[in-house]
Amino acid sequence: MSKNKSVWTSIRFWRRSAAWATGIATILLILLTFDTMGQITMGSDEDLQKGIKRRVPAPTVINYHIDYKMDEKRGHEAPVIGKKEPFFGKEWSKEEAAKLLHKGKLTSQAKNCMNCHTLLGNGSYYAPDLTKAWLDPKWEQMIAMTGAKTKEEAMVKFLMDPDKYPTHERRMPNLNITQEEAQALVAFLKHMSSIDTNGFPRNFSKTVEQYKQGGTNAR
Amino acid sequence: MLASIKSNKLTYESQKLAMMYFRVALILFGAQLLMGLISAIQFIYPDFLYGIFDFSVARMVHINALVVWMLYAMIGSVYLMLPDETGIETVGIKLGKLAFWVLTAAVAVVVLVYIFIQIGPGKESTIWFINEGREYIEAPRWADIGIVVVVLIFYFNVFATYIKGKKRTGIMTVMVANLMALAGLYLAGMFFTDNISVDQYWWWWVIHLWVEATWEVFVGTLAAYALIQIIDAKREIVEMWLWIEVLMLFASGILGLGHHYFWIGTPEYWWEIGALFSALEPVPLVAMFVHVIYDWGKEQGKKGEEGVIKNGPAMAWITTNAFGNFLGAGIWGFFHTLPQVNIYTHGTQFTAAHGHLAFFGAYATILIGMMYLGIQKAYGLERLKATFNSKMAIVLITLGVLGMTVALTIAGYEQVLVERAELGAGWDAFFVAQALPWMKQAMTWRLIMGVVTFIGFIYLFIDLLTIAKKQQN
Repeated sequence: MSKNKSVWTSIRFWRRSAAWATGIATILLILLTFDTMGQITMGSDEDLQKGIKRRVPAPTVINYHIDYKMDEKRGHEAPVIGKKEPFFGKEWSKEEAAKLLHKGKLTSQAKNCMNCHTLLGNGSYYAPDLTKAWLDPKWEQMIAMTGAKTKEEAMVKFLMDPDKYPTHERRMPNLNITQEEAQALVAFLKHMSSIDTNGFPRNFSKTVEQYKQGGTNAR
Repeated sequence: MLASIKSNKLTYESQKLAMMYFRVALILFGAQLLMGLISAIQFIYPDFLYGIFDFSVARMVHINALVVWMLYAMIGSVYLMLPDETGIETVGIKLGKLAFWVLTAAVAVVVLVYIFIQIGPGKESTIWFINEGREYIEAPRWADIGIVVVVLIFYFNVFATYIKGKKRTGIMTVMVANLMALAGLYLAGMFFTDNISVDQYWWWWVIHLWVEATWEVFVGTLAAYALIQIIDAKREIVEMWLWIEVLMLFASGILGLGHHYFWIGTPEYWWEIGALFSALEPVPLVAMFVHVIYDWGKEQGKKGEEGVIKNGPAMAWITTNAFGNFLGAGIWGFFHTLPQVNIYTHGTQFTAAHGHLAFFGAYATILIGMMYLGIQKAYGLERLKATFNSKMAIVLITLGVLGMTVALTIAGYEQVLVERAELGAGWDAFFVAQALPWMKQAMTWRLIMGVVTFIGFIYLFIDLLTIAKKQQN
């Protein structure tokens, strides 16, 4: 390179800069990935028993009451895992819960949920977001509509015959979901509602309160 | 274009193969638009094809056809530029042709299964043979493995030709390195996990690091090659810009991945990382825009009265790319990239608005430009001038996509205010927002503009079939 030539017009300079920037960004991403993976790996059943908070709890979280409440310190809502409650009328062992969650996640993919709904906000925008679907006040209505005794039973009934319980002009189609698959899907949804999503969706609990008070200004 | 296989003047087998890829790409592009129209109709008339061809199916084929036609056109573009950039016939071209037929057969089977079988029971076999149910990369596992094999063959073609070539241009160096990353990333989307946070973490590696990093660099290389081909831009300038673009795209785009990790269960530090780096993502897109317009002006200035453009429609599409990439990916992306905003906009029609303009502006435009470039070569024309059809195509498609984007942005705005800010998401909140006039009118306009886009596509299709034949003499 001659002395008169500026570095700003040197291809070699830009090529090296590009290689360095790409390399550094890639290494940083890999390091961050290791850290994030450690934080989002599912917790254990012992964590749940001891009340240790994990971003993604163990499958046995389905044995607990789950809520989504404002966390003053963090400035947004966070899942709150409460006391034990029966899920489909029983307590699920570690193996049973893991198996059920596996089946539920598999079914959510096999039935292509993501091409109408969003899950953790990702997917399609034709139907409601499912991130906190387990906590949705709508299920209270569904218990009455389906004649079920509990929320999880109502969810199963709805999932098996969604076309029978239309709530809006846009109806969920019948996806030939079996009873076993529907139970697994409910477990998958309950587990997803316990994931710490940094406060997404915001004000979900506000809806619950407003809903109970009889609607909103939007109507 | 379809006839060009017989009448073409191409001496390189590689460029003939490129034309084959372009043909399938064009057909899949049409399929994508048709599926989009069906989904758009279902937004307004939910009973349309209900229970027969549900929204989930139409939408899945819509976005899969999009990804696949773009990959086809991208592979075609590489086979087109390989001989020009290396000075030799592509190494292992026969294997490349075999791979084309294998891939096309596999795509046909996958699409038929999507359309006629649609979904399966909640078992592993569904994920292996019907669909994987993960947005954009729904292709069942057997097809994933097939795609990997085909891509390996393709990459062997490119790499061996690059090594054996008479010259090693900067454009090819970027292409070879970038393609390795692009192909390798697909592997991150090929496993199953019960943990949906981990699932989406790696899913974004494929989706984001494709469309906001490696695909963008790919577009940079295509633009560099096309500017040399179309307006005789000076290689040194083009390649220097290309390296600057690579620098800025990867420096911002790789960690910009963080803006997808705000709400999927991942730690809070992604807020700052994602916000900072993704806010920088539009910068290279400005650079790319400036570069195209600058080179055009510079070369035109040198020639004086004489026309500098050897391929009118290709240049028009590449200029549209420069605008569209900045507007669709840059501006519309920046709108909702900060976590303070994204907490409300995440997963609303805002995303759909951005998706439509970005995929069109950043990718569809330049790939259509490459098709015109291929046709010019196939007919051995010194100059390819825009016809009435070319002009109708670019005007209607651009207008249509812009119209859809504006409509979806309005829909998204309403959804954000009502469903998210006021009602805080949830079942009823969602449907209250969907039923308001702002949403309904926007969805009607989206359909109208979708039809405009489709009419533009018909002009494009006819133009690609006839443009070169008319100008042969």
